[in-house]
Amino acid sequence: MTLPFEVDLSWLPFDVSLLLLLGGVLVVLAIGSIVGLILSLHVKREAGRATIANLNARLRAWWVMVIVFGIAVATGGIGSLVLFGFISFLALREFVTLAPTRPGDHQALFWSFFVLLPLQYYLIGIGWYGLFAIMIPVYGFIFIAVRSVLAGDIDHFMARTSTVNWGLMVCVYCVSHAPALLMLEIPGFKGQNAQLLFFLVLVVQLSDVLQYVWGKLLGRHKVAPLVSPNKTWEGLIGGVLSATAIGAGVWWATPFTPLQAAGMAFLICVMGFSGGLVMAAIKRDRGVKDFGTMIEGHGGILDRIDSLCFAAPIFFHVTRFFFDVSDQVVP
Amino acid sequence: MIGALLAKVARMISGARPVWIKPIEGDAQRIFFANHTSHLDFMVVWSALPASVRAKTRPVAGRDYWAKGPVRRFLSAKVFKGILVERTPASSPSEEKRVAARVSIERIVEEMGTEYSIIVFPEGTRGSGDEISPFKSGLYYLCKLKPDVQLIPVYLDNMNRILPKGEALPVPVLGRVVFGEPMEVRRNEPKEHFLARARSALEQLREEHG
Repeated sequence: MTLPFEVDLSWLPFDVSLLLLLGGVLVVLAIGSIVGLILSLHVKREAGRATIANLNARLRAWWVMVIVFGIAVATGGIGSLVLFGFISFLALREFVTLAPTRPGDHQALFWSFFVLLPLQYYLIGIGWYGLFAIMIPVYGFIFIAVRSVLAGDIDHFMARTSTVNWGLMVCVYCVSHAPALLMLEIPGFKGQNAQLLFFLVLVVQLSDVLQYVWGKLLGRHKVAPLVSPNKTWEGLIGGVLSATAIGAGVWWATPFTPLQAAGMAFLICVMGFSGGLVMAAIKRDRGVKDFGTMIEGHGGILDRIDSLCFAAPIFFHVTRFFFDVSDQVVP
Repeated sequence: MIGALLAKVARMISGARPVWIKPIEGDAQRIFFANHTSHLDFMVVWSALPASVRAKTRPVAGRDYWAKGPVRRFLSAKVFKGILVERTPASSPSEEKRVAARVSIERIVEEMGTEYSIIVFPEGTRGSGDEISPFKSGLYYLCKLKPDVQLIPVYLDNMNRILPKGEALPVPVLGRVVFGEPMEVRRNEPKEHFLARARSALEQLREEHG
């Protein structure tokens, strides 16, 4: 991005666009925190106070998450890889805790956590796209099934094996596509891929927050009352449209035109909503409200990244298909 | 210092969140008794205790396991200050077992003195985690000899999934330590009755908080 004035900012660890994005988020958070503080001083009704206490807890957690993410992105590739690897680990941990696995899955689970997960992120680190894209769904799936069958426990074998595989798919494979954005080769965008990652995370999380806000303000008609009673059409439409608009508004930080950025943001929002809905169904199935208690006000890690799980791989592949030049073969 | 570090590591591996049904107060002597499914169990209970209580709480453990090798010996002697007791094989004559049990109980009471709390696993050995096995009599005799100590049931959730019997490598599933309400041996309560009641205290914690 070119600035309208001349300042030497080359000493910064951030690219200027990235700095503007991060600064913008911090300003919004600061405004949010001030509003939260004022509300907590003025609202006296019992029900209102609980909502505001939860809002403020969420805001505090957002500060931590934004700062951690900011630092990770600032350190370039390695920071993002470590951060998302760690997120995958914690998410898989929450997922497996809820999954009804048996002693016969112990070895398969050990391999999932300590071999397949690090290997997936290592493949991104060395930029081996070909293996990164198939390692878990081909080698991982076959290995998990074989390792479990060797343990000799046939009770609910199909369900157990599918559960472990699905956990790997959602928590490791899907999430790993977020830092994988860093290995795309987009003409005229060299060295700026961190902005793509920021764009994805910004839109996906804004979409969540704005759906929550619109839902609280106008929500009437439930989208999926059996799966997630808090999701309403008003929240969904308001949240997706406003997050799409903001996504389009930061086109200058991406390789996209404003219209393309709007399309991408819309895609991210829809996939994010779908991910959230699927993960809500899993929670219902297991009879819990949240995946964990790690993030104050939000629940577990998996509750915070449920929408990223589906948005990341789709955004990655659509971007790769239309904008990446590394090995495009024209049919 | 090694103790505090180990407690942190144990909390990290087990992801174990302590849940207190009734927070413990003061520095009374206590007997914490828990279900047993994993080698991690004692470490997890111990690390879930507040540091001041932890400093005065010692595990009761089998000599056959903890006296083996220099690392375990060091940990049990210097860090946990374990009270090591002999475990007689199930096949030994019953008279021999009875004598060994009496010696162990007396030793535990002596080591507790007027100061230390202990962690015990009254099932006697590690189970698969599906069910809580019937309790050994030791807990009853111990309570008879130390009538003024608080008896606290502790339910350990998911430890059998983190490090089950027979596995060497842990899987980082999230566990939980639920501390129940203190209980005691009632006046003239028969042994079998008390042991069943203590065991059902754990089962109740499992149902309500597991």
